[in-house]
Amino acid sequence: MEIPYTVKPRPDTGLYNAKLGIWLFLASEVMLFGGLFSAYILLRVGADLWPHGMLSIPIGTFNTFVLIASSVTVVMSWASLKLGKLASFKLYMTLTIACAFGFLGVKSYEYYVKFTHYDVWFKDDATAQKYFTAAYGEKGEADVRKHFVERFHLHNTKATYDPHEIQLAGHIQGNPLFASHKTLAKAKTEKIMFEPDPKFGSHDHPKAIEIPVSDVKRLSAYVPAHSTYFAIYFTITALHGLHVLGGALVLGYFLVTADKWWKKAPEQFANRIEVGGLFWHFVDLVWIFLFPIIYLL
Amino acid sequence: MSHDHSHSHGPGQACDHGHDDHNSPEAIQRTIKKYLMVGGILFGGTVLTVAMYYVHIPSVAMTIAVALLIASVKAAFVAGVFMHLSDERKMIYGILLCTVFFLIGLMGLTIWAMHDPPMQTLIDGKPA
Amino acid sequence: MQAKTSTHTQEAHSHEHHHDPGFLRSYVFSTDHKVIGIQYGFTALAFLFFGFLLMMCMRWQIAKPGVPIPVVGGMLEAMLGDVAKGGVMSPDLYNAFGAMHGTIMVFLAVVPLAFAAFGNYVVPLQIGAVDMAFPRINMASYQSFAAGGVVMFVSFFIPGGAAQGGWTSYSPLASVIPTNGQTFWLIGMVLLITSSLLGAVNFIATVIQLRAPGLTWMRMPFFTWAQFVTAFILLLAFPPLEAAGILQLVDKVFGSSFFLPSGLVVSGKPYDVSGGGSPLLWQHLFWFLGHPEVYVLILPAMGVISEIIACNTRKPLWGYKSLVYSVLAVGFISFIVWAHHMYLTGMGTKISTFFQTTTMIISIPSVIILTCLFMSLWGGSIRFNTPMLFSLAFLPMFGIGGLTGLPLGFNFSDLHLHDSYYVIAHFHYVVAPGTIFALFAGIYFWYPKMTGRYMNETLGKTHFWLSLIGMNLVFMPMFFQGLYGMSRRMSDGGATYALTNPANEGVVTALTSTVIKLNVFITHAAVLLLIAQIPFIINVFMSMFNGKKVESDNPWQATTLDWQTPTPPPHGNFTKEIVVYRGPYEYSVPGHPADFTPQNMPDPKPAK
Repeated sequence: MEIPYTVKPRPDTGLYNAKLGIWLFLASEVMLFGGLFSAYILLRVGADLWPHGMLSIPIGTFNTFVLIASSVTVVMSWASLKLGKLASFKLYMTLTIACAFGFLGVKSYEYYVKFTHYDVWFKDDATAQKYFTAAYGEKGEADVRKHFVERFHLHNTKATYDPHEIQLAGHIQGNPLFASHKTLAKAKTEKIMFEPDPKFGSHDHPKAIEIPVSDVKRLSAYVPAHSTYFAIYFTITALHGLHVLGGALVLGYFLVTADKWWKKAPEQFANRIEVGGLFWHFVDLVWIFLFPIIYLL
Repeated sequence: MSHDHSHSHGPGQACDHGHDDHNSPEAIQRTIKKYLMVGGILFGGTVLTVAMYYVHIPSVAMTIAVALLIASVKAAFVAGVFMHLSDERKMIYGILLCTVFFLIGLMGLTIWAMHDPPMQTLIDGKPA
Repeated sequence: MQAKTSTHTQEAHSHEHHHDPGFLRSYVFSTDHKVIGIQYGFTALAFLFFGFLLMMCMRWQIAKPGVPIPVVGGMLEAMLGDVAKGGVMSPDLYNAFGAMHGTIMVFLAVVPLAFAAFGNYVVPLQIGAVDMAFPRINMASYQSFAAGGVVMFVSFFIPGGAAQGGWTSYSPLASVIPTNGQTFWLIGMVLLITSSLLGAVNFIATVIQLRAPGLTWMRMPFFTWAQFVTAFILLLAFPPLEAAGILQLVDKVFGSSFFLPSGLVVSGKPYDVSGGGSPLLWQHLFWFLGHPEVYVLILPAMGVISEIIACNTRKPLWGYKSLVYSVLAVGFISFIVWAHHMYLTGMGTKISTFFQTTTMIISIPSVIILTCLFMSLWGGSIRFNTPMLFSLAFLPMFGIGGLTGLPLGFNFSDLHLHDSYYVIAHFHYVVAPGTIFALFAGIYFWYPKMTGRYMNETLGKTHFWLSLIGMNLVFMPMFFQGLYGMSRRMSDGGATYALTNPANEGVVTALTSTVIKLNVFITHAAVLLLIAQIPFIINVFMSMFNGKKVESDNPWQATTLDWQTPTPPPHGNFTKEIVVYRGPYEYSVPGHPADFTPQNMPDPKPAK
């Protein structure tokens, strides 16, 4: 028993099975990410506050370059096979996979930075005022409020915000991951040493301040529970990251078994690379939309 | 089917099926140039997007429109050239057309539904 | 798959060259579409029965609230603990059973049976293919399905029990119930959706790529068409639900607020989350699948019915082309009707009108399909065997289900009927005496091909008549209950809102005792329905060993390619070269030697 058209295209459709299969799969992926992008639009349009400028644009840009480069190398690796150059195929494929892991490494670093960065909401405005003054001085408080307004607004959106809800951003001494007011309460922690972020546009770190947990209404690292903004950011980028990882593993498998396949069924091997490449380009394509939407807008 | 084929050809001749003119070494050489050019366009597009961010367009709608326009152009190049969509079979176009139609339905109708408020209830001609 | 085919290319491949693959490879990890189809079939039938038993427990609680459940009450207490204290079903357990009944019936029973089981077994045979296009993906699809089933099943036994938020899992309700049942439900769903996607890719690729020479699109049997459209619906409608499932999972596990609004209060206390999410977003993403899913349930059933009707009337299907175009239209429009499930969410009038209009439009091709099937009976010499009886019953039953859906599709009448027993009666008429009857018909019809033996006719007819009576006695009264305003989610069968409850004295909308008494009647009818399934279960297992043996490979004298294989079909399906010369339903063609002309039989006369 042999299944037809695994290598050669079927004459009337002009396609071999795997190529049709991957396009069907990509169609479903379009709907998957389409659903997530719809969620993003609806949450954002419906939100009272939407943070802005929370992600590092240089890092995001770098990662975009990495992914674009990998897209070029993967298509080059396929073209090399078509020209019969196995060695240059291997080189390009290695580069692709290196790019993939480079991308994931940078992404992990970005995640780590967010997971150790905290916002504190205080129990009332007077308390908040006290700590803002402690951190930034009498005059500094107004600046922070101004920055807060900027941070939460896309240029001139007329979003309303509750001035009582201004939060103090910074690090907790010892850089714990994933702490929250719930975990602090559970661990019966009484106070935390908080290192506020530098004022907007400056690099001077204010000195650490002591905050009793009883003054804290809410404390959250930059994790999905922080806000719908971080929730959608982490969910979409993590899902995208899983696609990068999955793609890299499959392409890696193709690379490792290249010699064997090239000897046995070169044409089918080229097809496999083409199909794997199609998936890889799609992952790149998602990022092309993700980057401006999440980092820039 | 493919059975006698994979034996009769050496590894170097893996590229003689289907639409031959697209798979001849010369054609591949030409497409390689195209790939590199598209790579350049994608890099340029990214630089442009980031530059637009620092320029600060006053209108929100324009900002979004410009960012999405650049992204769409980049995406079109990836899909068209890298994924060979500019020269693909009708079957694939059909499938993708359906997908795009349903995607627009999903996004458009959901957003419409969320922003079409129910009619106001009037009591004595005034909103309740 | 590819590795396998290429190793075959190294060998001299002939049909005699078969190595015995061993038990595990042939029955558990098989890549043969027929084995996978049977695996799906048995798993789905088991879940169908399990889902039915859940409902039996609930029906008892509705009819006799607070009375220990006979027979299984003690067992439930032993297995589930306090939620079934003294053998009495607690409201929590009722909610869990209700949610899981819906989930299991839709995602683990009917869809796998209609689409995956029949599709896997029959579609490659009907198009003259050796197997599915991607046999290993096919196996992965079943394994993902089985894993999803296990996760769903296990969730009954975790502390707090299974999901309680209804099969629709509306947030915030589903997200704030403080147990892990919902988390299990979501993980189970992600596995099931993955399985469906793999299956759908495979079906579409198979139908497009592996049709036998000569089998043009308009020569494809209607069953294959229906499965093809169904696969497209699954492929494109399921991913948004997968997205929603992932978002709700993140809500549940990482404490985010995708579907939790600001200012949410639970049990009198502000709920400690960031807020800012949108409960309506879940409903949109859910119903974007939820409605097309209805067509996933019904299209394969229509496919089965049309094969059986054509064969047992001994005449071509009436309006084959209309059927094909209608099924395509249904598939297409099914994507833009979903918000008719959401009229009560405060949508505006414009968007309501839009969805009302599309809903009415989609009923047109559905009616065309049903009409074509009715017309096909006209002038046929009908053979009243068991599969045909089930098929004939399907037509009016589905008709009732479909027509009673119209008042739900209109905004103004839906305001009254929404979330009442009327809705339950409506969609159960579509799915239970509709789809499930079609699936029974399919089992009786293709059983001889799978096993080489007929199922017993006496048991089959007993099964049919008792089921037909039982189904109608169960679901018809629910229309009346619903019209009287009985809400669908009450664990006490409406006792709280009954006129007999002293608290409701003078309340004009309270439920009359007639409405409440129907509960007991329906429960008795449900017991009849349970009894009606016994002959079927006996029949399936007994006929394997001592059913009447088939006289030929084509026992029903059908025209399609699935009957042109040996019985049961071997690995690789066909022993001869298959070339198709004609349309799928050439029955009783004047001048042909027999009253059926198989698709692969060349014309006796020279080609026109």
